[in-house]
Amino acid sequence: MKTVAEIEALLAEVKDPEIPVISLRELGVLRDIQVEDGRVEVTITPTYTGCPAMDVMRLGVEKALRKAGVGNFRVRQVLSPAWTTDWISEEGKQKLLAYGIAPPPHSSDVRTLTGKGPAIACPQCGSSDTVLVSHFGSTACKALYKCNTCKEPFDLFKCH
Amino acid sequence: MMTREEALYRFALRMGDNALVLSHRLSQWCGHGPVLEEDMAQTNIALDLIGQARNYLTYAGELEGKGRDEDDLAYLRTDREYTNVQLVELPNGDYAFTIARSFLFDAFHLPLLKAMASGKDERLKAIAEKAVKEVTYHLRHSSEWLVRFGDGTDESHRRAQAALDELWRFTGELFEADEAEQALAKDGTIPALADLRKEWNATVDRVLGEATLKRPDDGHMAHGGKRGVHTEHLGHMLAEMQVLQRAHPGAEW
Repeated sequence: MKTVAEIEALLAEVKDPEIPVISLRELGVLRDIQVEDGRVEVTITPTYTGCPAMDVMRLGVEKALRKAGVGNFRVRQVLSPAWTTDWISEEGKQKLLAYGIAPPPHSSDVRTLTGKGPAIACPQCGSSDTVLVSHFGSTACKALYKCNTCKEPFDLFKCH
Repeated sequence: MMTREEALYRFALRMGDNALVLSHRLSQWCGHGPVLEEDMAQTNIALDLIGQARNYLTYAGELEGKGRDEDDLAYLRTDREYTNVQLVELPNGDYAFTIARSFLFDAFHLPLLKAMASGKDERLKAIAEKAVKEVTYHLRHSSEWLVRFGDGTDESHRRAQAALDELWRFTGELFEADEAEQALAKDGTIPALADLRKEWNATVDRVLGEATLKRPDDGHMAHGGKRGVHTEHLGHMLAEMQVLQRAHPGAEW
């Protein structure tokens, strides 16, 4: 029988299929793990309502549990409280940056609230001379930017 | 007098139908967008809306208690059984028309969801709390493009104004509450739809002002979508959307 800590360690291997450097825990999608009478219950929450990666994440959790010999489990999906990019861990943000994706600003940033948007540093060269190309990028969670210094396009994990 | 369960069922179905029909219309831009970024934007928005539709229709199916799931409700109802407002079913037209249609709906959708997020039904609250964040981006997107068209070239201004003039008569229905919506507003599950008009007016006037577009005069307003009476366009759209499940019931892939 596995403990919560062991299950947690197991699930650290389950990554976001669209950003395969960050785990579900670091992304804030993995909300809770309960072990009761040998039965494991894992709670996850979607990033975006229509995020097609959600089913793959659920499958990833199920596969990891089965592989470790855990048969008695349930993966529960909850909507509330609604996921926010503020739940992405510091370590997760560093991994996004190293992967070439600018991490999201905090949702309480006053500039985010006024819709003006904070200056986003280019994940390639670090320049803050960047410009928004589109609020909608290659996946639901990203916006498209370009850097005026190194001239490279890049994704921002957008504030949510 | 309808029961609370029935009122909730009808409302969840309405929200699901609005989201699903608009989502399908926007998805028709996939591969046809005027620029790549807009192709991606519309398909991203369509994806948000289809996620919301799934949540509402799943809930509606549970409330109805006849064993229908999201797919049964989406693929096996006729146009007369769809209860979306007519605004969202209108064909895409040119890009100004698509943007204006989205803008008029988004400006209503966002305050509705914000109010629902503090309503009395836990399930609707959870769906709305999530959707608010997504629809905030939708309204920002449609507003920015409407300004760009209105305050752009003579041609883009002309097209945006023509789209608004054509769409205006479909906006009245947004604020007309049917029996279910009246019952749910009374007990604080959803807001009174008429109360959303103030914020809608403020958004519309602000954005149209910035876009140098003229707010059309209120004249005859079309309605009927909420009780299943639609424009001729919805049937055609559903025929295409539903063809596979109609021809091969229960098909999976």
